[in-house]
Amino acid sequence: MALQIIAPCVNCWACVEVCPNQAIFEALPHFLVDEAKCTECLGDEAEPQCAAICPIEAAIVNELGEALNPYGSLTGIPMGKLIQLGIIRSAL
Amino acid sequence: MDLPVIGNAQAAGGCASGGCGSAPDALAHLPDHIRLKVQDHPCYSEEAHHYFARMHVAVAPACNIQCNYCNRKYDCANESRPGVVSELLSPDHAIRKVLAVAAAIPQMTVLGIAGPGDPLANPSRTFETFRQLSEKAPDIKLCLSTNGLRLPEFADEIAKHNIDHVTITINCLDPRVGAQIYPWIFWNKRRIRGEEGAAILIAQQQMGLEMLVARGVLVKVNSVMIPGVNDQHLKEVSRVVKAKGAFLHNVMPLIAEAEHGTYYGLMGQDSPTSAELQALQDECAGDMAMMRHCRQCRADAVGLLGEDRGAEFTLDKIADMDLDYGAAMAKRKEVREALVEQMAAKRGAPSTQPAMAELAPVGTRPVLMAVAAKNGLVGEHFGHAREFLVYEAAPEGVRFIGHRKVDLYCGGLDSCGEGDAEPESILDKTIAALSGCEAVLCSKVGFEPWGRLEAAGIAPNGEHALEPIEEAVTAVYREMLAAGKLAKPVAARKRA
Ligand code: SF4
Ligand code: SF4
Repeated sequence: MALQIIAPCVNCWACVEVCPNQAIFEALPHFLVDEAKCTECLGDEAEPQCAAICPIEAAIVNELGEALNPYGSLTGIPMGKLIQLGIIRSAL
Repeated sequence: MDLPVIGNAQAAGGCASGGCGSAPDALAHLPDHIRLKVQDHPCYSEEAHHYFARMHVAVAPACNIQCNYCNRKYDCANESRPGVVSELLSPDHAIRKVLAVAAAIPQMTVLGIAGPGDPLANPSRTFETFRQLSEKAPDIKLCLSTNGLRLPEFADEIAKHNIDHVTITINCLDPRVGAQIYPWIFWNKRRIRGEEGAAILIAQQQMGLEMLVARGVLVKVNSVMIPGVNDQHLKEVSRVVKAKGAFLHNVMPLIAEAEHGTYYGLMGQDSPTSAELQALQDECAGDMAMMRHCRQCRADAVGLLGEDRGAEFTLDKIADMDLDYGAAMAKRKEVREALVEQMAAKRGAPSTQPAMAELAPVGTRPVLMAVAAKNGLVGEHFGHAREFLVYEAAPEGVRFIGHRKVDLYCGGLDSCGEGDAEPESILDKTIAALSGCEAVLCSKVGFEPWGRLEAAGIAPNGEHALEPIEEAVTAVYREMLAAGKLAKPVAARKRA
């Protein structure tokens, strides 16, 4: 049971500040979650804290690889625009 | 009491009030104790920003809200934009950098923490930096800029650290407006969207403002002018924040370019034109002191406002510097006292133009002029100017209005012809940025821009090169009057 931080992450530290388990560490090219420490916040918080503050869509995924903040969910920039700009390839 | 007479005699013929027009008056409405506090603060005093330097250190990466004009992915060393920085520093590194800069630039009076995220979303780094600096360089003033979300929580801590200047970015009072600016906030361990989130943010900002004022902390309010979203609303913001005790309100233009990848940039949101910004600033100024010299410096800006020397003080460069902090502080004290004296002397000297004698018959129409300035003089080549200072000349005197930023038209011989932007289109943009101005004063101007400026109704003028700005603007105004150009109103001129 652990979340993962993947490529879109911009190393902004926001998640590090709020993780109740100090499970997130600085790394390059992007920050990482220590699988052994991450509890997905179960028992601590109502929702995973890292995913609740992360400003970047698709930076944090669950064990199935599903983004907790999918494209289009945070910035209000519509999917069509993101596809048109080549930020994402299709509606996934 | 014959001193003023001697002063009069000596000052005759000299420029009395430096580069920034109405500078001393801009803070005149403030009580003395506040004026004393800000007189050598470059970000708050139009006058001081010519003399003193400030720096920001980028120690606060995390943020707890999303603004539609910000993109957290963006980081480019070529771009001078708030919320954008290149080198994230630990508090220890930040302190070394500050001490190195303060030793090299003794005019340095202010350390600010503004980002790249929100300082109060990174409280331990922010306050650790302030704590160490007050210990090692107690002469340097501290300030911070925040979105205000966590301000009530930290108001006591701020007062304790003797941080006497805080800037809050307040873009609205109405959650319906806020929902168009802030898609979400992180609050009480949840991401809260839309009007609900905006309402919390607004309430926290207002409470924070009140709490800081109650604790004697100076508060400035920044607002981003977003046409069609909050432009009309900002007059109300200005009124309310003043009533609550903010001492300055700074309305800044939205910067929205598609290449920045922000929501506004990608969705084609308009930025205000210079004339629209100025009109709103004028309307808000009726309510309170406006800051018109803000250059929207980026979060790691170093140096005098508008001049970024950050590249001289990167971590590897300061690692090799060998510094005597005690001596540096003594030097700063000396330099600061000399500068305060210099400012006082300028202020005290009777002005040779504005208010003393009228520049033109009462009722003569005012004229806007742009100046390519350097060190308070008409000192910059037209093509080298990155910004123009706009002044209004009127019968009552010369008044500083604001800045207009432009792209560099001429990049010098090396880059001529190989730049990615067409000089042509840059010149067009510059001319558009100067709209409303009837003359542009610079040290030199090339043949081609000369013709294009004239065609656009902006008279190029290189005859006052290296003269103090106000003197030059006064002289040009008088020339225009003598030439009969001020007799009738100019058609289609936007309001000043
Ligand atoms: S889910 Fe919770 S425990 Fe896991 S990394 Fe995120 S904040 Fe930390
Ligand atoms: S909050 Fe998101 S973008 Fe920021 S460091 Fe964490 S995972 Fe990366």
